[in-house]
Amino acid sequence: MHIQLSHPARTVEIKGPKRTKDLLRELNLVVEAHLVIRDDELVTEDEMLYDKDRIEIRPVISGGTP
Amino acid sequence: MNCTKCKTKAVIKIPRHHAAFCKGCFTHFVHDQVARAVKSEKMFGKDDRILVAVSGGKDSLALWDILLKLGYKADGFYVNLGIGGYSERSYTMVRRFADSVAAPLGAALHTHTVEHEEGGGIKELAQVVHRPTCSTCGTIKRYQFNRAAVEREYDVMATGHNLDDEAARLLGNVLHWQEDYLEKQGPTLPASIEGFAKKVKPLYRLSERELAAYCVLSKIEYIVDECPMAQGARTLLYKEVLNRLETESPGTKQYFYWGFLDKQRRKQDAPLTMSEKDQALLHPCATCGQPTTAEVCSYCKLMARAKLPAR
Repeated sequence: MHIQLSHPARTVEIKGPKRTKDLLRELNLVVEAHLVIRDDELVTEDEMLYDKDRIEIRPVISGGTP
Repeated sequence: MNCTKCKTKAVIKIPRHHAAFCKGCFTHFVHDQVARAVKSEKMFGKDDRILVAVSGGKDSLALWDILLKLGYKADGFYVNLGIGGYSERSYTMVRRFADSVAAPLGAALHTHTVEHEEGGGIKELAQVVHRPTCSTCGTIKRYQFNRAAVEREYDVMATGHNLDDEAARLLGNVLHWQEDYLEKQGPTLPASIEGFAKKVKPLYRLSERELAAYCVLSKIEYIVDECPMAQGARTLLYKEVLNRLETESPGTKQYFYWGFLDKQRRKQDAPLTMSEKDQALLHPCATCGQPTTAEVCSYCKLMARAKLPAR
């Protein structure tokens, strides 16, 4: 499946099917600091992701002075 | 995973509340958390005019959106920091939200451009004054925001500081024992003296992840890129550490920050410390002469009940 990542912006290809939480773990990303979006919809950590899916993993942490 | 409230398919899990929500119930949850914050911290009422600091990021746009949806009179204030393409993209997000969501609800957007008044962008100014960029940026934003609120006669100014911001700031202050800063870390800072507007942080009960999710679900476009000046900022490290703890032990961030607020409140309610209070109330026990806060000390009462004479 096609995965869009940020900071820095890049795309990675990962073989599915895979559960969302396992995908995050494989990419060494913390659940609390990311959202997983499939075709503009949020998915929960137990959701199964497939090869045909277009996935965005969006970091939610911002720094500096808000 | 199903929604804890309505049992339809959930879109987000919130371990710290042992809950998962569908889109509708999550929106209700977010609005409810802000309404609770506003009420419990006595932030503002329906007749007050609120000035919201908007940056184009998820927190400030979510805050503006939530306040308008809850029926408050909230205008926006944007500071153009002059950070090249980043400032241009962030302004685009703010302008788009102001035109499509805020204006139809009767809200206005005010702007301040740093280069016009301060004579250069944030990066250049920080180099001139030999201070870190984030600190220079914070000083200018706080100053201009306060000035705009006072000059335009707003009752209160609101910022998008969330639970993660406040917990990270608290961790930094505690690690360096900056006790003076700790006193100023509440979600409501009153207009203490003439020229200082009242400041509130209505998002302190919501995490960054929840606010990003709110924007995605409400179709609010925001600037996802990190500010290029904030890279390597200490705040990011504190947030990362807290999020690792949160993942292992859900609720850590809220227990840390809300617990701090609770302790602050109790301190205010009880102006004297335990020892000061004891000092004020202590006098010799009528039976044995040892210090006590009652007429007869606990030991003498105990001994009396045991039918033994006190020494």
